[in-house]
Amino acid sequence: MSKLGRVSETLSDNFDEDLLLQEPISVWRRTFKRLLSRRSGKIGLFLIGFIFLIAFTAPIIAPYDPNEVLIGKEIVKLKKREGPCIHMLGCDSAKPQHIMGIDGNYRDQFSRIIYGSRISLSIGFSTVSFAVTGGVLLGALAAFFGGWIDNIIMRVMDVILGFPSLLLAIAIVAVLGPGIRNALLAIAIVTLPAYARLTRASVLTVKELDFVKASIALGASPTRLLLFRILPNSLTPIVVLATLGIATAILDAAGLSFLGLGAQPPTPEWGTMLGSERNQVFSAPHLVFFPGIAIMITVLAFNLFGDGLRDALDPRLND
Amino acid sequence: MTAYIIKRLFISIPVLFGILLVTFVLARLIPGDPCKAILGEKATVEVCEKFKIRFGLDKPIHTQFMLYSKRVVVGDFGNSIRFSRPVSQILVERFPVTIELALGGLVVAIIVGVFLGIISALRHNSPIDVGTMVLANIGISMPVFWLGLMLAYLFGLLLKDTIFWLPPSGRLTAGLSSIPFFEVWGWEVVKGTTNSKVLEFFANHYIFNALITGNWEIFKDSIRHMILPVIALSTIPMAIIARITRSSLLEVLGRDYIRTARAKGVRNKNVVSKHALRNAMLPVVTILGLQMGGLLSGAVLTETVFGLAGVGRMLVEAIYARDYPIIQAFTVMVAVAYMLINLIVDISYGFLDPRVRLE
Repeated sequence: MSKLGRVSETLSDNFDEDLLLQEPISVWRRTFKRLLSRRSGKIGLFLIGFIFLIAFTAPIIAPYDPNEVLIGKEIVKLKKREGPCIHMLGCDSAKPQHIMGIDGNYRDQFSRIIYGSRISLSIGFSTVSFAVTGGVLLGALAAFFGGWIDNIIMRVMDVILGFPSLLLAIAIVAVLGPGIRNALLAIAIVTLPAYARLTRASVLTVKELDFVKASIALGASPTRLLLFRILPNSLTPIVVLATLGIATAILDAAGLSFLGLGAQPPTPEWGTMLGSERNQVFSAPHLVFFPGIAIMITVLAFNLFGDGLRDALDPRLND
Repeated sequence: MTAYIIKRLFISIPVLFGILLVTFVLARLIPGDPCKAILGEKATVEVCEKFKIRFGLDKPIHTQFMLYSKRVVVGDFGNSIRFSRPVSQILVERFPVTIELALGGLVVAIIVGVFLGIISALRHNSPIDVGTMVLANIGISMPVFWLGLMLAYLFGLLLKDTIFWLPPSGRLTAGLSSIPFFEVWGWEVVKGTTNSKVLEFFANHYIFNALITGNWEIFKDSIRHMILPVIALSTIPMAIIARITRSSLLEVLGRDYIRTARAKGVRNKNVVSKHALRNAMLPVVTILGLQMGGLLSGAVLTETVFGLAGVGRMLVEAIYARDYPIIQAFTVMVAVAYMLINLIVDISYGFLDPRVRLE
């Protein structure tokens, strides 16, 4: 629609034949191109690709099963929480290689970190998809129908936003009981209002545009209007928020797991791994260091990608 | 202004009501019979009946909610199950730890964050700018608890026996104890009264207490204990503040009135501090309120890492122990504190930007 509008404007002002002959480029393709032209977008995309690769090929990369207890299985006797042993860096080659050391239960830390990427990615995506679905639906309903529906939905959202997010998540987990699924649900609930507010605001704007009015005049049903006319056109800010939301979700889930309220041992979740070894930080710092780095890189990847995406989708910034 | 504050307080009432309702419902939804949780699994039916009548649990649910709201308004949160002491007394002991931590984190985050943001904006695209922004990106992505543990390892263990050594846990060195100011000044205080609770609340801010009683040993010691937790807690808000300050200042520096000021021959220092910075600060203030929520959340994790007995750690422990009165009271208090902070942020808009009409 906006493209058509631009063309007709140009036609009336100063006729430009080249413009009519130009191949149309889809919004998403243009966004992708602009994303790749930015440093943060490029690095973010690369890191995300890297983490996905690790997650998909985990059984190939990981030298051990993440939950395999190695006591008595190795030729050289292992010590509990033994530090990293890398042959290239001068570790005795008679000893088996454990590049991130051994954890408190005689498991290979490196393999656990590798498998942890699967859990963190699924946490990020499932939480955000739940929050986005719920938030977009509620926000769209509120904006579309207005009146008391709008009032009730938005007041409930206000109450959720009235709590510091992680604390409310902790309280919800207290009700549902500790565990990864409940932690995900809790984080989804506390992040949902952000999507609801954003959707409501953009639906309110789009609702007043001419093409929506034209659709109403053509007799489109409310469902059709909402799903096929209004929502697709209010999607861009939500996509950006959702990308950044994946980063926050991974960070918050790691926090809950660290407190023992999220994923439970022996799940190789980074936050859980860090939390269960946190009292050993002075004697075995590698067991705290590596999971933290893994969380940081993953969160950084989605943060950078989200930043790049926001810039790429911002029509005020030119190529 | 007064009219705006009153109006804003009125708008807060439904949210406050919602917060009360949510905490009430959450506590009721926690699985398990409260009678058995408090009196033990072996409590008989008759004992439980009496218990229910005593705590009003036999009444219809809406009456229970009214009773609960009434009690919360007067600050009566009942007794902790685990400690068999009034929850309000525990709040008086624990809340100051979190307040000191969060305030310390906020002050450090604002000072360092704004400073870094200004430098990056003024030296746009220089190595300092790029370096700061890279660090800010990393700072935002770092788990607070990991940073805390790494700081504890670095300053508590690796730098031991050097002057940089810092205590990795606790509020005071063993053997030292903070004497409340009202005892130092010889005030007559009856224990257990509301008055004494208020005084204790202030006295439990060790840094503040040591400052007004002039006890420098305790003052230095409690500051030393706070350094690592405050650094850990302030990193994320600091990074966010630095980013916002930078982008907001960059935008303002490109405005026409800045060019006008420069054309008039105003010195660069004054252009930045008087013309640009004041206008660039508004978005920074906006996010401060949100960051306070983050600080309160982060405090839970930071307190766990550094063994500080604050609200956050208390809450997590209460969840493990299913200590419902504490869970309820602490969530309500934190939410109310958060609401008040956001109110203050909204009101401060008017002072910072006369264009914002508070009506």
